Amino acid sequence: MSLAACDRGGSPDAAAVQLCGITKLFPGVRANDCVDLLVQRGEVHCLLGENGAGKSTLMNVLAGIYLPEEGTIRVGGEDVSITCPRDAIDLGIGMVHQHSSLIPDFTVLENLMLGQGEGVRLNIKKAEEGLARLSAMLGVEVHPGTTVKRLSLGQQQQVEIIKSLRQGSKVLILDEPTSMLTPGGIEDLERVLMQLKQQGLAVVFITHKLHEAFTIGDRVSVLRHGRLAGTLDRETMAAASTAEMQSLVVDLMFPGEAESLASVAELRDLSELGGVGAKAVAGEPLLELHEVMVAGKSGEIGIEEALSLTVHAGEVLGVAGVDGNGQRPLAEAIAGQRPLARGDIKLAGASLRKLSIHARQRLGLRYVTDDRLGEGIVGPLSVALNLVMKRIGSAPFWVRGRTRPAAIDTNADALVEEYNIMTPSIHTHAGSLSGGTIQKVVVARELSFDPKVVVFNKPTYGLDARTAAAVRARIRELADGGAGALVISTDLEELLVLSDRVAVLSRGRLVGVVQNKPGAEQEVGALMIGGSHVE
Amino acid sequence: MSDRASGATLSEAVRVPSVWERGGKAFWRRAAPIVYALLAGGVLLLVMGKNPAAFYWTTLESGLLTWPGLTQTLIRLAPLLLMSAGFIVAFQAGLWNIGGDGQFLLAAAVVGGLGASMMGVMPFWLALILLCVIGFVVGGAWTVVPSFLKAYYGMNEIITTLMMAFIGINLANLLIKGPFLSHETLVPQTKVIPFKYLLPYIPGTRIHVGLMIALVVLALVHFLQTRTGYGLRLRILGMNPKAAVHAGLSVKKDIMTSFALSGGLIGLAAAVEILGVWGYVRADWNPAFGMTLFAIVFLAGLDVMVVIPFVFFFAVIQIGGHEAARQAGLPNDFLLLLVGLILFFMVLTEWTRIRARFNKMRKKAAAGVTAAPAEDVNNG
Amino acid sequence: MGSVLTTDFFAALISGAILAGMPLLLAALGETISEQAGLLDIGLEGTMLLGAYAGFVVANWTGSSWIGFLAAIVAGMAVNVLMVVFCVRMGRDQIVVGIAILLSMEGLTSLLHAAQFGTSYPRLDGVPTVAIPGLSKIPVIGPSLFSQPLIVYIGFALIFVVGWMLYKTNLGLNIRAAGWRPVALDNAGVSVMRIRTIASLSTGALAGLGGGYMAIVTAGIFVPFMTGGLGFIAIVIAMLGRGRPIWVLIGSLLFGVALSIATALQLVGINISADVVQMLPFVAVMVALAILARQSYLPAALGTPFVRGER
Repeated sequence: MSLAACDRGGSPDAAAVQLCGITKLFPGVRANDCVDLLVQRGEVHCLLGENGAGKSTLMNVLAGIYLPEEGTIRVGGEDVSITCPRDAIDLGIGMVHQHSSLIPDFTVLENLMLGQGEGVRLNIKKAEEGLARLSAMLGVEVHPGTTVKRLSLGQQQQVEIIKSLRQGSKVLILDEPTSMLTPGGIEDLERVLMQLKQQGLAVVFITHKLHEAFTIGDRVSVLRHGRLAGTLDRETMAAASTAEMQSLVVDLMFPGEAESLASVAELRDLSELGGVGAKAVAGEPLLELHEVMVAGKSGEIGIEEALSLTVHAGEVLGVAGVDGNGQRPLAEAIAGQRPLARGDIKLAGASLRKLSIHARQRLGLRYVTDDRLGEGIVGPLSVALNLVMKRIGSAPFWVRGRTRPAAIDTNADALVEEYNIMTPSIHTHAGSLSGGTIQKVVVARELSFDPKVVVFNKPTYGLDARTAAAVRARIRELADGGAGALVISTDLEELLVLSDRVAVLSRGRLVGVVQNKPGAEQEVGALMIGGSHVE
Repeated sequence: MSDRASGATLSEAVRVPSVWERGGKAFWRRAAPIVYALLAGGVLLLVMGKNPAAFYWTTLESGLLTWPGLTQTLIRLAPLLLMSAGFIVAFQAGLWNIGGDGQFLLAAAVVGGLGASMMGVMPFWLALILLCVIGFVVGGAWTVVPSFLKAYYGMNEIITTLMMAFIGINLANLLIKGPFLSHETLVPQTKVIPFKYLLPYIPGTRIHVGLMIALVVLALVHFLQTRTGYGLRLRILGMNPKAAVHAGLSVKKDIMTSFALSGGLIGLAAAVEILGVWGYVRADWNPAFGMTLFAIVFLAGLDVMVVIPFVFFFAVIQIGGHEAARQAGLPNDFLLLLVGLILFFMVLTEWTRIRARFNKMRKKAAAGVTAAPAEDVNNG
Repeated sequence: MGSVLTTDFFAALISGAILAGMPLLLAALGETISEQAGLLDIGLEGTMLLGAYAGFVVANWTGSSWIGFLAAIVAGMAVNVLMVVFCVRMGRDQIVVGIAILLSMEGLTSLLHAAQFGTSYPRLDGVPTVAIPGLSKIPVIGPSLFSQPLIVYIGFALIFVVGWMLYKTNLGLNIRAAGWRPVALDNAGVSVMRIRTIASLSTGALAGLGGGYMAIVTAGIFVPFMTGGLGFIAIVIAMLGRGRPIWVLIGSLLFGVALSIATALQLVGINISADVVQMLPFVAVMVALAILARQSYLPAALGTPFVRGER
């Protein structure tokens, strides 16, 4: 779309927000390249694109968090200048970010009062009244005195929406809101969005899932590599069939690659995926969790009920569940970063309970963490050193305590080649690489030196489609080679493509393990909502 | 698909700067804060009615340009170098050992207290070696409580090491005035080690071998940091403690050993100073090298080799400045102010450098980098 | 031994505790505000020193202790402008800047003192006490607790003022948000920088006043390095106080006791060496830390600078 279209636009009354020619640059990268967007009142406008396409960046510009290099913004037909979040709020633009921007240790009411103050004293009554009014309107129930960290992620999201509305928003931006929700929670959200539409709000809904964009959006704009690839309006969407629309959108998102990406999970609707990649469980038990319980940290849900699970040789066992239901505690307990409150974990028959993290690694246990930047790599160190970070002191890289740089470099060269790690040099600081490349470094490191069992926590989160597919291929390859893989993911489509069996975690409990055959997704979905045992 | 890699895919200036240019720039980057601080200090001197030129000239003269002055400086270098190494070992591991002065003084008190008696029962060279070891051990031992609290309870070590420093200083005085008191002098102090039993001179000079010991130890520490697995583990601990845990590194042990090594080096500094210069320890004596060495250590970028010229320069200022202050009628504490100013200017120049680099990258990005797949900053 | 527990002893202990504890109280209150906003002010001791010096000089010059207190407050805020510029605005490392402040203020006050009072040693007259009618007649605690200089009562009142500010006002909510999750504050449209600036300057004012109190009330004179580690004890009290001013009060009084017990003991004929006396407060701190600080409740964003656009 050109600027000419930007000038024409819709009638000023219906247009709540108009972005014209927005360009946002980061060091070395064009996050947004001359993007136009028109959002009308009373509509849900989906911003669709794969991870890294620039959707969040664009909306952060609108919300005043980033300053664009070029472009103008019009609100209600008039040019405005947004240089900080305060400006956006004053103009009636509210944003619910992907990662909660509530303060977990404060109460709901305190969070709502933040930034709302007129005068010196806290006006608690006014805040309570506002909360009651908005909760009623949206049909949700939130108690003002609850500490936020005790709320479910879905409820936290509701609080954030209420906070936005309380600030008098006319435009509400939601960044990947369903990534943290149960299917039930998604229904609640859809209901809330209907309410907001009726109130005349303009809603921008950022997502990377196609089917979501179609079901929820009135109009869909597709971003690709920082540019606007195209917009599908109401008429087109109403007229075309699902298949036509899919191929339209696929064309916009991945021009010329449609065939080769036929298996990309994001394109598929849940119902098509059950049964793909299933294998009958063969090999002997490699990783056995026996009556395991793990404490959660400060309000986090841990493993609250004795959990028993087995990963067999050659198997990919998926762990599904909404984020924050015990995944991180489970992964860390297996890796040894967290103590077991109860139970035991055995690796090929050997008990891990008393073993240190290092000892478990030595036995062949690996852990691909979801916190890539926080603990997965050491940013200031080179790629080569990061690749041997878990083998410090061992031959051939260290001999009698002394470092052998040649051996480290040889190893790094081999891994960079094998995993197609796009780095200028093995001596580049790992922290300066892109997210996808960093993940490849982490995966390469964990999969080297004969892994027996590898725990993956959200391995493709935030990655572009190609890297995500590459990582999934590695996981499958690992299992086919006789090792065991435990894949924890909040992305159900991914698990159904990858796993042989799928376990479901809900509120810190293992509610069931499902064989991955046709119809599996319904069973898993039911488990996630209901929590009953199905086998 | 080009990545956000560090500059290698973006075309830089065509001409690659020569080694001299790069070295010179790097040196200026480090030395600039000192120059600015000296200028600012000079202004303050003017305001107070003193002559800055005369002050700095006397400093240079008394610290460097005369043979006796230079000798003093080189003698002072020994404990300063060892102490700096002690700080660097801890700081590199992300551990703030602020209690150096306490570790120093306590080790000095014990070495001074035991020195003379030990000389009486064994050959002096054996006693010297043992006393150095004792100094190392005492200094290291004084870090155990803070390092344990940090390793096992995550307690902030800035506060604990500082508290231990105050306790250590007073405890040292108690020891000197108590069990180690010499009854042969009026002034409370330890028994005096006879001059002939002190650390011998470097042949041809009046500088004791403590300086050689310091340089050798520094080289060993440098080797430890850059070429061993242990050194790498400490650096990782300093760069990213969470990653250190994730990588299965023995974090608790490493915290305690690096703290102990840090305190040990500082204790060794004290031993060298007592055994090389004084032969005894007076009560209520506190040279307080620690606090002021911080600036130097940071300026040198926590590098044990790079720190040597900086510590040398600092020693010149200490020795020469003492004389200059005396002549100008000022208290010695002018040095504290100077060090504080150095730190401020260091922080300032660091910031301007970061801003300049940021702006340069923005300009490059605007100048037509081909559209790369943007990473969501939040996801990346 | 029985002669120790006399009324004289207790009276001396209480008044000593207040005398010694008041600067701790003020400085620790200030540090609490900074810490709640996410700033670790290590240079507190330096702020106190300049406050002490400015307070003394101005009180000496004008003959009024109140103007002296005012000067101490202004001086303290001036020092913390450095924290604001380097840490809040430029986002540089708070430890390094704190040490820089400490060293430069130690050096500066020593130099200035030598330049101005090198040979003369002026002393301030004592500060008048205000006796609360009725209460000051209670035996033992009456004269010591309720017959103090007005500034002491103001100090006690500040406990409640700061507590009210932190938990019942919008500013307080913003300050605490800046310490826990600055990004949430920023998204709510409040400038994190502005809030942290206010917090740091308030800390400067309170710590400066604490130093001024030491020079004007406690000692009546300025001596270089006179704070002798009190600033760091104040930091510890603030950390242990976990953002609740009432605990700051208790902690300060307890340490005040530790600081003044030697004098009180001397009064009843028990002499303890100066070194042990000086050591006591710090030993007390270590003991307190070992017991209590296991559950250290410090704001999550303490010590980390905030940059918009980063998470």
